[in-house]
Parts: sequence; C-alpha cells; structure tokens
Amino acid sequence: MNEFLHMGGYASYVWSSYAIALVVLLANLVAPLRARRKLLTRLAQREKRAQRMKR
Amino acid sequence: MLRFFHQLASPKHFYRISGKWIPWLGAACLAFMLAGLYQGLLVAPTDYQQGDSYRIMFVHVPAAWMSLFIYMVMAIAGGIGLVWRIKLAEIMAISSAHVGASFTFLALITGSIWGKPMWGSWWVWDARLTSELILLFLYLGVIALYNAVEDRRTAARATSILALVGVVNIPIIHYSVEWWNTLHQGPTVTKFDAPSIDFRMLIPLLLMAIAFKLFYAVVVLLRARVEVLQRERNTSWVKALVAEHE
Amino acid sequence: MNPARRKRLILIGLMVAGVAVAVGFALNAFNQNLMFFYSPSEVAQGKAPPDHAFRLGGLVTNGSVKRLPNGLTTRFEVTDNTRTVTIEYTGILPDLFREGQGIVAHGKLNADGVFIADEVLAKHDENYMPPEVADALKKSHKVNSAAGGREGALGREVNSAAGGREGTLGREEGVSASQKGTAP
Repeated sequence: MNEFLHMGGYASYVWSSYAIALVVLLANLVAPLRARRKLLTRLAQREKRAQRMKR
Repeated sequence: MLRFFHQLASPKHFYRISGKWIPWLGAACLAFMLAGLYQGLLVAPTDYQQGDSYRIMFVHVPAAWMSLFIYMVMAIAGGIGLVWRIKLAEIMAISSAHVGASFTFLALITGSIWGKPMWGSWWVWDARLTSELILLFLYLGVIALYNAVEDRRTAARATSILALVGVVNIPIIHYSVEWWNTLHQGPTVTKFDAPSIDFRMLIPLLLMAIAFKLFYAVVVLLRARVEVLQRERNTSWVKALVAEHE
Repeated sequence: MNPARRKRLILIGLMVAGVAVAVGFALNAFNQNLMFFYSPSEVAQGKAPPDHAFRLGGLVTNGSVKRLPNGLTTRFEVTDNTRTVTIEYTGILPDLFREGQGIVAHGKLNADGVFIADEVLAKHDENYMPPEVADALKKSHKVNSAAGGREGALGREVNSAAGGREGTLGREEGVSASQKGTAP
C-alpha cells in the first residue's frame, strides 16, 4: 500500500494530476446540475408573479 | 430511423429522451473509469524509462484526445446549425464548449506536471504544446463570444463561425509532432504500425478513453437540457415541467 | 437540398478552405521558427544562429558522459548519427538523462565549437513497456546483431552510424525499427 502511494518517487506528480482531474470532472458535473436547479426556480418565480398579475 | 432523428431534433423530445439516457451513460462512465483506474494504477507495470510517472498518461492522453474530438463535434454541430438552422445542433455545439475547454485545460496541466520530472521543464514553446494552448484559447473565445451576444440564435451563429475557422488548428495539433521537431514525443497509439505500448498499459488507456467519452456525453446532455429549458421557457411543456418542479 | 441551404454550405466550405490555405502558407513561411531545436548536422552546416543562443537536439552518445573535475559540470556528446557536437552543462540533469537518450539543450557555441548549455531537457520516445520486456527485447536484439557486435538499445542505435541508418531524433520507428535494424 505504501509503495502504491509512493509511486516510485513520483507521488506528488502522479497524485496531483489525478486530483486535478477529479476536481475538473466534478466541476463539469456540478455546474449544469446547479444551473438547471437555478433556472427552474427562476422560471417558477416568474410564473408565480405572472399569476399574481392576472388576478 | 429518420423519424427517430426528427423527433430527437425537437427540443421537447430531446429533453425527455436525454433524461432517460443520462443515468445509463453515467453508470457506464463510472464503471469504465473505475476499471481504468484500477488497471492503470494497480495492474499496469512500471515503465522501463519513466518509472511510475508515466501513469499520468492515463489522464493526460484521454483528455488530450477528447480536447480534439469535442472540438470537431462542436464545429460540425455548429456547421449543421448554420446550414440547416437546426436549433438542437446549435445547442449541442455551445454545450460542448465548456467540457472541451475543461479537457484541454486538463491535458495542458497534466502534461505540465508530467513534463517537469521527465523533460526537466514545466513548459516549453514547442509546436505541440503551443498549438494545444491555442486550442484552449479557441474554446474560451467561443464561450466568451456566446456570452457577449444577447440574442441566443445570433450568438450561436457567430460562435459556430468562430468554431469552424478554428478547425484548421486540429490537424496542426495532431501532426505537429511529425511536421516539426518538438520536445513532445510522437504518437504512440495512432501510428500506423502496431502501437508501441505494452498491452497491460494500453488496456487502462483505452478504458479511460471510453470513460472520458461517456463523461463528455453525460455532461453535454446535462448542459444541453439546461439550454433547451432556457430557450423554450415560454412553451407550454416547459411551463408544465416548472409547475411539476414546484 | 434547397438552394438557400446549399449556398450556406458552400460558403462555409469556402471559408474553412480559405482559412486552411492561409494558415498553411503562414506555417510554411515560418517553418524554421517552428522547429524546436537544430540537429548537429544543421549546426555543422552553419544553419544555427552563430551569435545568439539556440536549442540543440540529439542523442547522447554512449560512453561520452563525463564529469569535469569541478564536479558540477557534465560534458557529453550528442549526435544525429551523422554529426556530433560536444556539450558542457553545469547544473542538475533531468531524471531521464542517460546515454542513448534524446535530449534538447539550450545555449551557445563557444569559440572551440563546444556548446555551452544553460538548460538541458530530456526527450522521451513514444514507447512504453515494463523493464522486463525492455530487457527481453534488448537481449533478442543483441542476439540478432551479434554478428556485427553492435550494441543497440531500442531504436536508439547511437553507434549505428556505420550502418548508415538515417534517423531523425526521437522519430525512429522505435522497437520495430530496432528489430529491423541494419547490421553493419
């Protein structure tokens, strides 16, 4: 296990690469999910206002 | 078959069908990625020259491949949008830009981290690295241009033209290591004779490449769905969906 | 296809073709500037700039690496199998630096024709394999070329100039070329 983490002396290079990759991939997943939620909330609010205007 | 595509091109059907596909694509992506990581970090042997540092390849190479692939998808979708005025093609084009930029960034940064111990330098201005950096700027240009123009459809047309102009950079990136002498080495997997990579190292590389492709599919669909909702916000089906969300 | 669409398609095609041609001309014009380094042959032909620094690339000749008495400076030769240039470098060499390896050095030629480098980068090739496989290949290769008594390491036959094989640095066809390698 220790040997695995050590990566033949290149641990900092290898693991930082994989960590950056993980962060970039997660950011790509989270961004559209958040944008979708925000958009739906905004559209719902707009709809409510429109309903009120009608009354 | 043709009918299927016609339906798919309608935003409403696209939204419904893509919603069904995303979980499957996501599960497949996760499976391939875990298999690739296991094979790449635990099974693949140490390289005879580079020791364990070469394992950065399993992120770097698929990311670099995807940076080119996504650019081609973006330009072709943009071109289809320009010629046939298909809304969904425009949406696909712009939804690809962010993922493409991410993968380009990832290829550059992991390449830099790999270059430091192996070459002895974080960065050199050779033809391969410079053309890949230009690709990142092309992606960022597409994103910036799209956000700068108010009207979505005009914005989509402008960005499609920019994306198409930038296509010349793609063969330059690919062949840079053959046309000019560079510090970056030549192609390993795509050269015409047998790939000069050990089988146990090739397996995780291909697994990761498939995982990255699936990941792109998931993200591009997620983004396209948001874009569809945004553009179709005044239609009855989106309004029904919003009411459901409440 | 209706005429409006065809017109748009042709316009886009022309645009992409036009840009490609323009970029092609530009790249052709700047071809030399896009080369990352000069080879020893080019230096011998006087193509490298004589008065300012440039990059020199080649394979480190087997048995040429020596530490100078001050303990910090390394002297070695690089070759492109045709010409050889001696390099002196003071500093830490990259992990991949070894005899038979491709390197790119940045520096200037001095009056004696020795290249004084201020930076040495290692170039690695496109071959990836575990050490056992590399050893096995090396052995089978040695057996193949035993008649010629030539020692070659995986497509990096530095001493094969006698065999007259033409190699551009780092672009040798790797393992396959080495197996086909011309025995002197």
